[in-house]
Amino acid sequence: MSIWEYANPVKFLRLTDKLLPPLAILSIVTLTIGLVWGFFFTPDDFRQGSTVKIIYLHVPAALMAINAWLMMLVASLIWIVRRHHVSALAARAAGPVGAVMTIIALATGAIWGQPMWGTWWAWDPRLTSFLILFLFYLGYIALWEAIEDSDTAADLTSILCLVGSVFAVLSRYAVNFWNQGLHQGASVMRAGAFAGDTEERVSNVFAIPLFVSMAGFFLLFLTLVLLRTRTEIRSRRIKALLAKERAA
Amino acid sequence: MMPELGKYAGAVLSSYAVSLVLLAVLVLLSLMRARKVKAELDQIENRSKSNG
Repeated sequence: MSIWEYANPVKFLRLTDKLLPPLAILSIVTLTIGLVWGFFFTPDDFRQGSTVKIIYLHVPAALMAINAWLMMLVASLIWIVRRHHVSALAARAAGPVGAVMTIIALATGAIWGQPMWGTWWAWDPRLTSFLILFLFYLGYIALWEAIEDSDTAADLTSILCLVGSVFAVLSRYAVNFWNQGLHQGASVMRAGAFAGDTEERVSNVFAIPLFVSMAGFFLLFLTLVLLRTRTEIRSRRIKALLAKERAA
Repeated sequence: MMPELGKYAGAVLSSYAVSLVLLAVLVLLSLMRARKVKAELDQIENRSKSNG
């Protein structure tokens, strides 16, 4: 059995029909545990106070915003090389989900930044590249909607996705590339398990619920992308059937 | 049960409110569109079958 079998829309629909209900339940349970744990059962940070609770939303959303684009990149490359419609439609399905993750990351970052940095926004390398990534998401969604022929739309959006990947990578590594700006480095890599016993270490009291919340966001993303890909496959089938009816 | 959020209560609560509303809207819109498109496809497929 090969993974390419699931490039067949019928097989993909059959597989996801079984997969989606347990995946949806798992994502709701994991996300609820992560957020409830983070909000209700974690202490305040000695510097950030209760605003530390915002990381359970901000960090997973930012992570998914970047990784959603990278998933779209892989799916777009598969479309360009192998012309599998399901991969192009999966990329299309992920666009709005990634855009919402980006809005959440930007909004929660601004809300956190106001009391901590004294400003809602700064033209910091990471914040700016994240804003540009958000604009790429909007452009990507708009391009799919603007082009009638779905193969042409898949071709052009794949190229846009390749270009936008520069900003997805920059959003992740901007802090390392330009050692300036307000945004700190990756909190995740300073969590207990990764950092050893250093002063910059993020305590497990914060890190464990953060990892649960990240898993919840990932599972929710996966569930929504599978659900939306199914919808895109059906929508494409509707177009094909209507075209056939018109031709008859 | 509500944790003591102190002077940052507004920031923390608004972050959770904005995020949860956005996620809920995304999930609802995805489900509604999935249902609508499936019903439309079923209808067209039934029509195609009955027309031979």
